[in-house]
Amino acid sequence: MKAGAAGLSLVERLTIGILLAWLLAFLALPIAAVGALAIHPVQDSIPPVGALFTTAGGQLQFHGTARAFRMVFTDGLYLHAFASALLNAALTALACVAIGFPFAYAIARAPARHRNFYVLLAVLPFWTSFLLRAYAWIGMLRDSGPLNGALLGLGLIEQPLPILYSPAAVLLVMVYSYLPFFVLPMYAVLEKLPADLLAAAADLGARPWYVFRTVTVPLSFTGIASGAILVFVPALGEYVIPELVGNSDTLMIGGILWDEFFQNRDWPLAAAIALVTFGLLMLPALLLRRSLAQLGGFQR
Amino acid sequence: MSAGKPRAWQTVVLVLGFGFFYVPIAWIVYFSFAGDLSALGEGAVSLHWYRALLDNEALQSAALRSLVLALLSSAVATVLGTMAGVALARRSAFAGRALLIALLAVPIFAPEILLGFAFLMLFAALQAATGWPQGKDLMTLVIAHATLGAPIVASVVFARVAGRDHALEDAARDLGARPLRVLLTITVPLAAPGIVSGALLATTLSFDDIVTSSFLAGPENATLPMAIFSGLHVGLDPQINAIGTLMLAGVATVVGVSFAATASHRWRRNRGS
Repeated sequence: MKAGAAGLSLVERLTIGILLAWLLAFLALPIAAVGALAIHPVQDSIPPVGALFTTAGGQLQFHGTARAFRMVFTDGLYLHAFASALLNAALTALACVAIGFPFAYAIARAPARHRNFYVLLAVLPFWTSFLLRAYAWIGMLRDSGPLNGALLGLGLIEQPLPILYSPAAVLLVMVYSYLPFFVLPMYAVLEKLPADLLAAAADLGARPWYVFRTVTVPLSFTGIASGAILVFVPALGEYVIPELVGNSDTLMIGGILWDEFFQNRDWPLAAAIALVTFGLLMLPALLLRRSLAQLGGFQR
Repeated sequence: MSAGKPRAWQTVVLVLGFGFFYVPIAWIVYFSFAGDLSALGEGAVSLHWYRALLDNEALQSAALRSLVLALLSSAVATVLGTMAGVALARRSAFAGRALLIALLAVPIFAPEILLGFAFLMLFAALQAATGWPQGKDLMTLVIAHATLGAPIVASVVFARVAGRDHALEDAARDLGARPLRVLLTITVPLAAPGIVSGALLATTLSFDDIVTSSFLAGPENATLPMAIFSGLHVGLDPQINAIGTLMLAGVATVVGVSFAATASHRWRRNRGS
């Protein structure tokens, strides 16, 4: 057992072996299968795909096709769905930064004895069903709901605003649902900012706003970026929220994929859409030269 | 301008922020008690929707199924994730480390809908090859949710283990403790807070999932979120407010108790010193 500190013990070898086996079998292999599915021909059967290879008269025939990828990249419907999903995810991330940063900053600057309680309050909605919180907005945004009621009561509008089932409703509920993803990591970064650095700047005569701009924001930039990524990534493929509070204008990539799979039963096309979306998410991550270790949170 | 003294802008931001977080939740709770408006008139408080829930066997069995699924899958995810988090934090170089990290990052970057799709392909192929799973099996969901939850647990456990020095483990090893004993008596207990919060995250993830579950389960064995979601297409049902309130009460109890426990522990420790 004295194989040296660097050698792995049997238990460790076994642990890593089991983990890799599990993840390869249940994650890598299935995704590779979706990749293979994307080049299969469509066929009216169960499952609705034809064989990739057949043997006819002793000759092996290959039926692979790039049809699905061609459709994704040339058909206006899919391009539009990708564009609107990208725009919506970007706006969601931006709004989460705009709202979440001041919020996280206010929590981090609160008196120490209140901070834990505030963090708890911020985490609590996160533990309750995401679906139910999105559902609550249906009632609140209705023509007869409290938002329109308040606006009508204040005399700001004369007709109820048709907010529900609109792109604005999708954006609002997405921001609402994803805000904790931004606030919590942002708070963790802001809370760790060296207090003496901020105090030093203030002692040297810098005004609070100047300290904020020149010390706080630059030092918390990595937190802003990673929080925004945490929002953007799931927002891009979001299916449930547009389905609940959106309309046909908010048909985004998640909904298109869903329809191709469950309604049109064009599995190769659905596979191609899923892969292109995955690529769209991986590409910027790799371009930003952020290692996977960093993005997965496995960086010391 | 002294640091730590709450200023007006802070109060405004906190009130607006928490208001945004909690108004929809308050809405759910309020309307769960708002009663059958047609029968009782507006504003009457009643347990009408809770009673309706007691008779709704479809929703009850969906809730039970979701609960079992969440507990089983988070248990597996916690074991796998803890193994991964500890291995990655304790060993900076081993064969397969880069592969392990890449695989753990996949669920973070893959759209949910791709993962659901991928799991369906896997189980369809398995069924064609081995005959298992027969139809829509809950075990397929357990495997899928565990696979998606494991990276989250791993990430939380990693943060906990990597942020601490390993003198205790080294000492135990020097005193002759076997690796497994070191792991079970020192590493895992010290990582416990990370393991617990990772497990809770995996439970929530599973209990909340719609997309992956929809690929693997049918209407006859729908999970609670699937049942609620398909109900929403039909129309608003105030019973959903009642379910939401019950879930909220459960979560608030668990979180409140653990918060109180931590607070009283801290208070006793401070008083003792």
